[in-house]
Amino acid sequence: MARQPLSPEESARRLRQRNMALAFSLVSLVILFFIITLVKGVPLLNRAI
Amino acid sequence: MTYIADSDAVPGGGSPAAGIAVSDAMVSDYIALLKPRVMSLVVFTALVGMVMAPTHIHAALAVIALAMIAIGAGASGALNMWFESDIDALMTRTRGRPLPRGAITHDEALTFGIMLSAGSVLVLGLVANWLAAALLAFTIFFYAVVYTQWLKRTTPLNIVIGGAAGAMPPVVAWAAMTGDLSLPPVILFLIIFLWTPPHFWALALYKSDDYARAGVPMLPVVAGSDETRRQIIVYSAFYLPATLLPVTCGFAGLLYGGIAMLLALCFGVGAWRVYRLRQGGKAEQAARQLFALSILHLFLLFVLLLVEHISGVSPLMAPLAGWMAG
Repeated sequence: MARQPLSPEESARRLRQRNMALAFSLVSLVILFFIITLVKGVPLLNRAI
Repeated sequence: MTYIADSDAVPGGGSPAAGIAVSDAMVSDYIALLKPRVMSLVVFTALVGMVMAPTHIHAALAVIALAMIAIGAGASGALNMWFESDIDALMTRTRGRPLPRGAITHDEALTFGIMLSAGSVLVLGLVANWLAAALLAFTIFFYAVVYTQWLKRTTPLNIVIGGAAGAMPPVVAWAAMTGDLSLPPVILFLIIFLWTPPHFWALALYKSDDYARAGVPMLPVVAGSDETRRQIIVYSAFYLPATLLPVTCGFAGLLYGGIAMLLALCFGVGAWRVYRLRQGGKAEQAARQLFALSILHLFLLFVLLLVEHISGVSPLMAPLAGWMAG
């Protein structure tokens, strides 16, 4: 299925959108580990294993 | 398609001879890779597995564990789409997916699937226990490799055996809560496992041209629609009694038992109509109805289990045992 090439503006907009999503995911991951550590205590890995 | 740096050309790329292909994918394309509709059923069945577990973990950990099961399921969906883009492009039902549309490259889908798989297993291990993590890893492997890469293209029993992957979420959820396995999650597994063949064969009956075009050996393509209708009846005959096992095993009550029997009757009538109506528009309509009915059927059974456990309606065996003990 042939796709129409996107305009540079649209490409840039989508790249920004993806970067935002990536940043959001990374921040979520940090918060996630913070919550897990808070609930399970430190050191997390030792307790988990 | 945007190209950055010089490197090996990538499938799904287009023009430049050398360069890493970075697609113009939108976030919604990545979400579509996770098969959100399948994911919603996974979340729901896993939630029931969690609620039914006799022990409880911290609410925050339970929410994270549930999210990891959902992400693991989504990751296996992404890996499935990565491998199946060739046949997805040939089927009307799947040609709008991100890979056949060219919205996402193969490498992006593969990377996304692997990272989410590894991440979900790791976090589930940390947040709950390593038994649950191992079960989730096995589920992803079974779906993305055993089913997608092997069974689906080689045998008409693909969805019978592959159904094991879809039946695992309540087992993983139970293990996340208890660190152990016992009879209830096995029965939940059995219910979903036996539900899968009639569900998918109903779909395959009215999409058999699609599957034939893509060369997928679904039962109607290989054995014909009459044999598929017979097999729907056979598997329904195993599935419907299995839906009553929660009552006989003592972890569901009369409310569940009564309604499950009525639902079994409805499902049985739907399956029988598919068996009897073999020609024309009515045959296709019956298959479509059974497909929709099967989703509703499984959903309602799990809603009943959830309602009974949340509301504390006593299971059948508990009052009986109390009465017998005097």
